[in-house]
Amino acid sequence: MERLLETQELMIGYRVRGRQRRVVAEGINLRLRAGELACLLGPNGAGKSTLLRTLAGMQRPLQGQVRLLGADLHDLEPRALARRLSLVLTERVEVGALLARTVVALGRYPHTDWTGRLTPADEIAVDAALTAVGAMPLASRLFSELSDGERQRVMIARALAQEPKLLLLDEPTAFLDLPRRVEIMNLLRRLAREGGRAILLSTHDLDLALRSADQLWLLPLGGPLQTGIPEALVLDGVFQATFPSEEVAFDPHSGHFKLHGPSRGLVDLAGEGLPTLWTRRALEREGFIVNRHAGPRSAVRVEVHPQGGQTVWRVRHAETCRDYPTLSQALSSVKAGFAPAAG
Amino acid sequence: MDALPSPPLPKAEGSPIARAPKRLRGRDGGWRLAVLAGLALALVGAFLLNLALGSVRIPLSDVAAVLAGGEASKASWAYIILEFRLPKALTAVLAGAALAVSGLQMQTLFRNPLADPYILGVSAGAGLGVALVVLSTGAAAGFLSSVGVMGDLSLIAAAIIGAGGVTALVIGLARWLQQATTLLILGLMLSYATSAVVSILIYFSAPEQIQAYIAWTFGSFGGVTWRQLLILAPLIGLGLLLAGLLTKPLNALLLGETYARSMGVNVERLRLGMIASTSLLAGVITAFCGPIAFLGVAVPHLCRVLLHTSDHRVLIPATLLVGGLIALLADLVAGLPGSGAILPLNAVTALLGAPVVIWILVRLRQTRSAL
Repeated sequence: MERLLETQELMIGYRVRGRQRRVVAEGINLRLRAGELACLLGPNGAGKSTLLRTLAGMQRPLQGQVRLLGADLHDLEPRALARRLSLVLTERVEVGALLARTVVALGRYPHTDWTGRLTPADEIAVDAALTAVGAMPLASRLFSELSDGERQRVMIARALAQEPKLLLLDEPTAFLDLPRRVEIMNLLRRLAREGGRAILLSTHDLDLALRSADQLWLLPLGGPLQTGIPEALVLDGVFQATFPSEEVAFDPHSGHFKLHGPSRGLVDLAGEGLPTLWTRRALEREGFIVNRHAGPRSAVRVEVHPQGGQTVWRVRHAETCRDYPTLSQALSSVKAGFAPAAG
Repeated sequence: MDALPSPPLPKAEGSPIARAPKRLRGRDGGWRLAVLAGLALALVGAFLLNLALGSVRIPLSDVAAVLAGGEASKASWAYIILEFRLPKALTAVLAGAALAVSGLQMQTLFRNPLADPYILGVSAGAGLGVALVVLSTGAAAGFLSSVGVMGDLSLIAAAIIGAGGVTALVIGLARWLQQATTLLILGLMLSYATSAVVSILIYFSAPEQIQAYIAWTFGSFGGVTWRQLLILAPLIGLGLLLAGLLTKPLNALLLGETYARSMGVNVERLRLGMIASTSLLAGVITAFCGPIAFLGVAVPHLCRVLLHTSDHRVLIPATLLVGGLIALLADLVAGLPGSGAILPLNAVTALLGAPVVIWILVRLRQTRSAL
């Protein structure tokens, strides 16, 4: 497949007063092909924004080249660049009284003549962009009256109307609620697959990125940038190493981040199915270490029993054994069993 | 915004490809074109009214006769119309259009609903240029009346340089100012600074120069001769043409500078174009008519409300028409038809414009999207 975006030994950062340079990251080797969705992840301050700005042509690299479709991206004319690459920024835009459709039509800027008049071909591109993101019903509404999720769709449609080969999005899910985030990520995946374009986005949504991206670009504090498919990066421990923290750790078994903190003790857990899975999550959230092996290792044991259509939680302490109809009550019982007063 | 006037039915379109979008465009364009046509008619009406009304009332039939090159019922009427009222009305239209378009551009460029040449100190900069020429060359009888063609030209050049200098300064400094209010304060400071220099100049001037200066600050569309109009009109035309050329990038700039750049807008060239256009429009008008307040800030907002859009392809013609119309009406009111007295033009524009500005401030609190 075609290599859309490529960098070799790229050094990014800022020039401070003439010759002095402040290097943010170096030795960056990236490759993005058409049809791929890449997520750029990293802790705050690692240089995600600087990298995105450099890849978007908004700032020059200190060393090395960014090649977009074979040409040096920073040598392209603004108009030529705008026909190959478009942006969705994280900042909320206030455009005044413009219809959503007019906002999308602004994306035709690099394609129209000096008057900005839309030809039939431009109108078709605008329609296609609106349809692709499912924003056709929003087209004749005022942009300023749309919700955050709807605005984000319209801004993505605007970027698509530019008909770029590469779409860069800076934290596109930042201000959205969870269902909207999943929708936008699914949308972006589909746009990458179907349109023969490449999409790169930065995000703090590690979970979603792990599930959606074809490639993860991990930028830890102090570099270097590492790339690969999400699962391989987890297996190699690179993903975990990118987000070191005193308080949370990535658990490769569950694929989630967990609060670590001091453990409250060991609990045996027996049972099957979904209720058992979520019982385990509840116990782990409370700071217990869960033993799923058959042999009893702890004085406290939780058994999840299906009874009729309902679930019953049986909690055994050293001597006592009680059944609870809800997980909440069972959890309280376990916690009470570990309370200092109860021994 | 929900209560849009119900649009006329769409016309059938030929090409099946362009049908859906064109219907939408035709519908929007339809009622907007009607509004623009109505505004043009109102402008013509106000123009004729300005020729008919004043200290002497002239019947419209006589006005029409004189304009057609014929004779009026009284010989003096033809003289009043041709030598006094016609150049004044033409100046008013040009001045209103120039200041309103310039205000629209500045509001978009600075993303600030209260920006206009007067508030950001551009008129004051032009005034400083004018004061420097007039007071240093010792043109005693006033700012405009006694200087010849060379005087006119040096006056205009000084005003354009003064306006351009302040515009460039504001544009340069605006990049470092994050908040909208700081920009307004910057404009205020530049106005104070330039007025201070003018005050110092005035201090060393003769009483009649001071009186002429005070009269000039009141603002007036009168006193512009045909010879001066021949210089003024092409320069304003050039400024408006420049503004028209900037329509497309100004629309892109509605999304903010980063988006505009990412779409291929050459923001540096846009800023240069803005400096050129603003210094022509605001500079020339200020030189001839004095610093005229409120027109530039109020008219773009009236047009946005009237036409329900921020699209510059609609707003630029609209501000042109409404600017000219309001300037004519303000001049009509200032002339106090039927009486011999003439009010200061700036008093009238302030009475018309201040409520609009207050309304903008109230609306800003509500919606945060006044542009």
